[in-house]
Amino acid sequence: MTDRHNVGLELDGIGVTVDGRRIVSDVSLAIEPGERLALLGPSGSGKTTVLRAIAGLLRPTTGRVRLGGRDVTDAPPYRRGVGLVFQDAALFPHRDVAGNVGFGPQIEGLADAARSERVRRALALVGLSGAEQRDPLTLSGGEAQRVALARALASRPAVLLLDEPLGALDGPLRLRLQHDLRALFEQLALTVVHVTHDVGEAFALGDRIAILREGRLAQVATPDELWARPADDWVARFLGMRNVVVTGGRAAVVRPEAVSVVSGDDAVVVSAQRDGPVVRLVVRRDDGQELEAVTTGLTHPEPGARVAVEINPGGKLEVPVWREEHVSD
Amino acid sequence: MDRDRRALTAAAVALPLAFLLVFFAWPLAAILERSLVADGMLELPLDVLGDETTREVAWFTLWQAVVSTVLCLAAGLPLAWALGRFRFRGRSLVEALVLVPFVLPTVVVAAAFLALLPDGVERSLWAILLAHVFFNVAVVVRVVGTFWAGLDPRLEEAAATLGATPRERWRHVTLPLLAPSLASAASIVFLFCFTSFGVIVVLGGIRYATLESEIYNQAARLFDLRTAAALALVQLAAVALTVLVSGRLERRLSTRLRPPRPRARATGRERVGVVAVVAVSLGLLALPLAALGRRALSVGDGYGLDHFRSLAEETPALLVVPWHAVANSLLFASLATVIALAVGIPAAIAVARGRGGLDALVMLPLGASAAMLGFGFLLAFDAPPLELRGSTLLVPLAQSLVAMPFVVRTLAPALRAADPRLREAAAVLGASPGRVRLLVDLPLLARPLAVATALAFAVALGEFGATVFVSRADWPTVPVAIFRFLGRPGEANVGTAMALSAVLAVLVALVAVSSERALAGRRS
Repeated sequence: MTDRHNVGLELDGIGVTVDGRRIVSDVSLAIEPGERLALLGPSGSGKTTVLRAIAGLLRPTTGRVRLGGRDVTDAPPYRRGVGLVFQDAALFPHRDVAGNVGFGPQIEGLADAARSERVRRALALVGLSGAEQRDPLTLSGGEAQRVALARALASRPAVLLLDEPLGALDGPLRLRLQHDLRALFEQLALTVVHVTHDVGEAFALGDRIAILREGRLAQVATPDELWARPADDWVARFLGMRNVVVTGGRAAVVRPEAVSVVSGDDAVVVSAQRDGPVVRLVVRRDDGQELEAVTTGLTHPEPGARVAVEINPGGKLEVPVWREEHVSD
Repeated sequence: MDRDRRALTAAAVALPLAFLLVFFAWPLAAILERSLVADGMLELPLDVLGDETTREVAWFTLWQAVVSTVLCLAAGLPLAWALGRFRFRGRSLVEALVLVPFVLPTVVVAAAFLALLPDGVERSLWAILLAHVFFNVAVVVRVVGTFWAGLDPRLEEAAATLGATPRERWRHVTLPLLAPSLASAASIVFLFCFTSFGVIVVLGGIRYATLESEIYNQAARLFDLRTAAALALVQLAAVALTVLVSGRLERRLSTRLRPPRPRARATGRERVGVVAVVAVSLGLLALPLAALGRRALSVGDGYGLDHFRSLAEETPALLVVPWHAVANSLLFASLATVIALAVGIPAAIAVARGRGGLDALVMLPLGASAAMLGFGFLLAFDAPPLELRGSTLLVPLAQSLVAMPFVVRTLAPALRAADPRLREAAAVLGASPGRVRLLVDLPLLARPLAVATALAFAVALGEFGATVFVSRADWPTVPVAIFRFLGRPGEANVGTAMALSAVLAVLVALVAVSSERALAGRRS
């Protein structure tokens, strides 16, 4: 199942205009063979459009798509060898699980025995061995998504494209499948482009993250780089940073983990909220500025408590301010 | 209040049930009696059933229906694709235009094909098949197109990324997914073609006869009521079998209509395809109607209004001036609409409340075929206790029976779709049950009611199969008058028939398009 992987993907100035409206402008990305890229952005930012352009379901108005060095911009989807997993699985309702997973091999013209072997191995990869005869309509959301993944893998795609693959799932299941996906991608060393609007999911699954904003790339970086140095105030806020103060053309950003809450009397705790192992505190300094801080430990100051705030200079940075005028022209 | 409700439901069931019992079950029983009972003894009409002619007629009925259905599916699929999958300017108008042939009276369609086809082939097998396709394309477009609109386009996209070419996608994904709607459309079209009457009696000439037209031939021309009844028995069995088989088929393929997805704008090659399909289909559908208009207006070597003027002149073909037929038709159709609504509205309420048996019962007159109904009326109301022989009332009664299923079919889904939470919300806001009905139910149902009324009126206007059995010579309707004129030799008679057909076609098309616009308005 691994004879066609490790192909690089290159987007060169992709632009998409639909009905005179620009959806995507000038997106250029080079994805290394075996690299996993998360395409992150709020809804309507054009990330699914970029994915569809890679898959060949949509022809970009401008720019080129290259797969393993081959220009595929004009190739139909069925000649590209990419696998695509949709948000809510999109399984064929008229075929059982084996019929779904075996669709690609069937189109390839594989004999029955070879086909069912492929199906068996693909299902084993996603942890659904023995599910061949099941009706897609009886699968749970998580199972359906696994089958969709197995269906894409069974065609031995050169590049795997995931469109919000966990978007339709809820909390714990989502985390488990996220973990499984990560393990699977590492095992297969597949080139993956993964669209999501969820920052945590992008951090968990992407070697690199490309942030898309209003159809343009806002920043492309590894998760660590992204957290260390967001490109501008918008990116910082989008990543979940709350300590962003804009003055003039610059924004001062303080990462929450650089803010320590100590005993003292120059601020008051506004709220305290546990988020798993960490506690997010919001404190208001007596000069009126609100700051978010992250602490660990089992005890934490309660709202209303008088405290003091210390800021680690390493967690302070200054970034440019993004203005919407930049893209509206 | 609960008891009130139950009483209301009981009344809603009782009225249509009583109506169907008297005007549908009884005529049917009369047919059974005439065909199965001789001198008070049960006697199967084996001589008629075994007769060479009967077998030939039955065989022709079957195979022309099969061929018509296949041709109709082939002709309708491209339009179903274009209208089901894509949005484009004028889409709802195209939808309305495609529906026009379906509501056109059979006799008008037959006349149009007489006008269209060149001498020598105008009364032939091809004429019959083409007329059937013309008529029923709307069924395929409607049933399959609506279903197509609910298919998830990502299934095809998934197949494409898995390596399937357009042809492979059609074979392995789209076609199997459409199968339930294809079966559904095919069984409806087959039923219509199997029980086709107006088209056959006009275009079949003396060579081609179906069970339906042979019933008329035996009963009205040869006065052999027993043979006619025996043929009706065969027809009834065949129709019942079709309904049974198609019902089973549909259940097995599990027809489940999904809500339509937002239609996409066609791009690239798709756009070319949509434009071509719509243009060619509408062009072909317009052809017979254009020919009809031309024929109605041609006088000698030129054009004129002579044939329309002749509508006001006495003629040996009818006991009345042709113009009176138009007035008769409007009167009868109005009466029939009132009856169909009076019976159909309670029936729709009962059906919407889940009286499943009634649903099938209400649809029966549609399947039982019009000529058989007319024949049943002839037998049942010829003698006491309900002697209506020669009564002009028989015409609107028969027409209402044919129109009522359309009323129920239009209203029941709307009633069912009315969200009960809307009423609950209104009730919680302090509205009394009466006000709920006035403020919530009525506005929601206004449009479907208008559509049902228009549909019933159009169907009654064009009704021919039942009407031709029960209409009095001095009270002809337009379809009957057209039939009489076409049955007479001479250029003038044909011209008058064409003029009458054109008048009827315009009337019905107006009603149909306005109802379709009402439907379209509801959606937007």
